[in-house]
Amino acid sequence: MRNLLPRTLQTTIVFLVVGGALALALGGYFGPVSNAVSQSLVSVQAWFSSRFVAVQEMLTAPRDVATLRERNAELEAEVAELQAQVIQLQQQVGETEILAALVDFSRANPENTYLAAAVIGKDPSPFLHYVIINRGSNDGIQRGMPVVTNQGLVGRIDAVIADAARVQLITDPASSVNVLLQNAETDGSLVGSVTGDLALEFILQDVAIEAGDLVVTSGLGGGYPPDLIVGQVVNIRTRESDLFQQATVQPVVDFDRLQIVLVIVNFTPVDISPLVPAP
Amino acid sequence: MRNLIAIPVIILAVQLQSSIVSRVPLLSGTADLPLVILAAWALQDGVDTSWHWALAAGLLVGFVSAIPIFVPIVSYLFVVVLAQLLQRRVWQTPLLAMFVVCLIGSIFLYALSLAALQLVGVPVALGDALGLFALPGTLLNLLLAIPAFAIMRDLARWVYPLPEFE
Repeated sequence: MRNLLPRTLQTTIVFLVVGGALALALGGYFGPVSNAVSQSLVSVQAWFSSRFVAVQEMLTAPRDVATLRERNAELEAEVAELQAQVIQLQQQVGETEILAALVDFSRANPENTYLAAAVIGKDPSPFLHYVIINRGSNDGIQRGMPVVTNQGLVGRIDAVIADAARVQLITDPASSVNVLLQNAETDGSLVGSVTGDLALEFILQDVAIEAGDLVVTSGLGGGYPPDLIVGQVVNIRTRESDLFQQATVQPVVDFDRLQIVLVIVNFTPVDISPLVPAP
Repeated sequence: MRNLIAIPVIILAVQLQSSIVSRVPLLSGTADLPLVILAAWALQDGVDTSWHWALAAGLLVGFVSAIPIFVPIVSYLFVVVLAQLLQRRVWQTPLLAMFVVCLIGSIFLYALSLAALQLVGVPVALGDALGLFALPGTLLNLLLAIPAFAIMRDLARWVYPLPEFE
């Protein structure tokens, strides 16, 4: 009992001292000392923590790299797929814009009946300017029907099979279109060439023509309907010794980028060859 | 039956020619894929069906193109004759023979095309035809010659397997 009391007293005193010290420390009375102690503890804690994280990363890194590679491959595949979709959508947007322009054109020219066709090929011979379209006799296409875009005249149907047709472009060297110069109100003949240039011929010397004059079909000869836009005069060659003037015409249609065309299906070409006297 | 392989190959070649090759010009000249394919096929060992191929290709191209039909038929038959003549003489260097056949065959095709166009009354300036069409087209044919030869060699070995010696 004698030993027990002093021990209890000692313990109580120790608790009171420690408690008092803690109370004083929490009350801020040991500021500098507690700061030094806490900084040391935090530094040690941080050192242990950083080493642990380093070791953990070292142990788990291979798995993460494999996961990242797998994820990277997935994302790359997704990007490739999305890029393909973007290209496809861009093509669809381009086609839609062309079709919208063609619809506007057909609405603006209600006197004609049009059939849209896609250009699916070119003539294998580089000397000739023909394209192949995906509409044929099954769709009511006939030889001689004019072909246009919303920009202007393209050419006419040259040959037809069941589901395709060959179109002779106005730039073909064998093509000849009777045209009218709108400003000068005079007729001429527009011929193509192997290089794709258009030359306006048979313009009388006394007719005043200027660069920029609009060239439209005249309808003479019955091969094309009248008033289809063909192009603009670019330059004129006049020589006094010649009977006629000549001019170069810039076509309004970009023949290198033909994708969709319109066939005028309610136009029946007239064959006037029996009426032309033999030379 | 082995001749039948010509039909899908020629149809494919003409389709590629019309839809792709004709739309990739150098200046204004374009390659002639059926001509290059025919030259490569006729130069392969053991091939004895080149005549059928030439006739089929000529008829098909003549059907698709607006050029007079005798132009591709005669040109392709000429290419086959030339290839078979060269194959017997320079059989050790088939690639050289391929280049020679493509070069001479292309020139023959363009010359015949020009002559035919003049014949039917289509005006063609000779300078333009040579500088803008014939020379670039011949160059493109020569560029196509190597891959075409490799592909047709594989096809020929598949259709005409070499005999095994023991």
